[in-house]
Amino acid sequence: MDIFLQQLANGLTIGSMFALVALGYTMVYGVMKLINFAHGDMVAASAFVGLTIYTHVMGQATSLFAVIAIFLLSAASMACVGIILERVAYRPLRTAPRLSAVVSALGASMIIQNGIMLIWGPRMRIFPELVPQVYWDFGGVVISLIQVIILILSLVLMVALYLFVEKTRMGAAIRASSIDQDAARLMGINVNNVIALIFIIGSSLGAVGGLFIGLYYRGITFNMGWQYGLYAFIAAIMGGIGNIPGAMLGGMLLGLFNAFISGYVSSTWADAFTFILLIVILIVRPTGILGERVAEKV
Amino acid sequence: MSNDALFEIKDLEVSYGSIAAIKGISLEVRKGEIVTILGANGAGKTTTMRTISQLLKAKSGSITFKGQELTQLPAHKIVQLGISHSPEGRRVFGILTVEENLMLGAFSRSKMNKETLKWVYELFPRLEERRKQLAGTLSGGEQQMLAIGRSLMSDPEMLLLDEPSLGIAPILVKAIYEQIKEIAKRDVTVLLVEQNAKAALKLADRGYVLEVGKIVFSGTSAELLSSPKIQEAYLGKKRH
Repeated sequence: MDIFLQQLANGLTIGSMFALVALGYTMVYGVMKLINFAHGDMVAASAFVGLTIYTHVMGQATSLFAVIAIFLLSAASMACVGIILERVAYRPLRTAPRLSAVVSALGASMIIQNGIMLIWGPRMRIFPELVPQVYWDFGGVVISLIQVIILILSLVLMVALYLFVEKTRMGAAIRASSIDQDAARLMGINVNNVIALIFIIGSSLGAVGGLFIGLYYRGITFNMGWQYGLYAFIAAIMGGIGNIPGAMLGGMLLGLFNAFISGYVSSTWADAFTFILLIVILIVRPTGILGERVAEKV
Repeated sequence: MSNDALFEIKDLEVSYGSIAAIKGISLEVRKGEIVTILGANGAGKTTTMRTISQLLKAKSGSITFKGQELTQLPAHKIVQLGISHSPEGRRVFGILTVEENLMLGAFSRSKMNKETLKWVYELFPRLEERRKQLAGTLSGGEQQMLAIGRSLMSDPEMLLLDEPSLGIAPILVKAIYEQIKEIAKRDVTVLLVEQNAKAALKLADRGYVLEVGKIVFSGTSAELLSSPKIQEAYLGKKRH
């Protein structure tokens, strides 16, 4: 039972990080039908940007104000990178065949990854201890303050995003653009602005995810975006790509699954089982768990 | 051309790559009129409509509405000027509810006009009954009602209707056409594209006939209905 509860806590923590990153994939796919392969590398870049802001801008301060500033500045820088990425790598290819955009996405991914390596070097860096090492022991189940912060902040961000998309005017514009861009234009929706907004939101959430990865695992490397990006991408597909609650659910499920495999089987097998789970889900529900509610009548 | 035209197309040419789809057409619509563009499949009717809404860009020529040139504007600005387009194939947002679709129709207004919503529900009571239902689960005719209702939500001065009778049960076609007449009575100018010439000419004041990208005939509905050529080609009457 101890293992179960411990892995439940661990699973929810990594699951919420996967979910935050998965939202970036799924939102961009929803509107542009494009997998933004550079998203994972932006997550990694965010951890390094956070590291630099901590050392050079905040003078290694760990006050609450400094931590909030690091999060906001990293998210803002990644939002800018996201907008530039969309303008330079994706917008010129919007009417081009799908494959061209995929190649452009892969190229952008390599440019960002190598950019991180050139700026911060190829070796592992240690992410600062922004949150004090506080642990609570509940009869053998250990939960850290970092885990609690990650879980609560992720849930707050996800609920906020959900309400924004479901309840606001701009959210309605996002949903309309993801269904039919031409019809959305006929309603007076500026689809270019919607796409820019999607990149701002997705990249900022990914940036927060990147900082969480730094806080939780401490060691950050220039190529870690590939690994976390892949997990988040799988989470997005499992939940039903293009579907926002789906990405949240997929991320949480994947995190829990991973934690339980690590706890009960072996962490070396976690990856293999993750892919087996993905294959099974795609066989049973090809559109993902929450994918496509109804087929459109033609 | 008269000066009281609300809307005017002059020497419009549109092409898809190297293929010319519209080869220099001119037409005008006066305030309060119902004007129809007739033509067979591939004549360029939908292309014309999409070019008016700037979903397609003209190669040359001009499109003006109340004296303002439209061809340089992005598509999302058109509805703000007072031209609303109910597109071919309805294009309702299938995974949103009927009500959400109608609210999106009012997106170009800073606030939704409650009176307009009431009017749309009066025109098409079926939509009010199903307002919580997903648009994709409606029948074809109901989706057409929704598409027209959605385009009314921006309180347009001119309505572009692209084949409202396409793929719909005849009884619903009649009902929809009756409501288009009601819409026109409320000072909404209507430009109607149709393959169903009989239904369209019964409703319209004037019409243009489009054949492979050119206007080959224009006149009042009575003139079009009595023209032997139109009767044979579009109304299915044989010459004796």
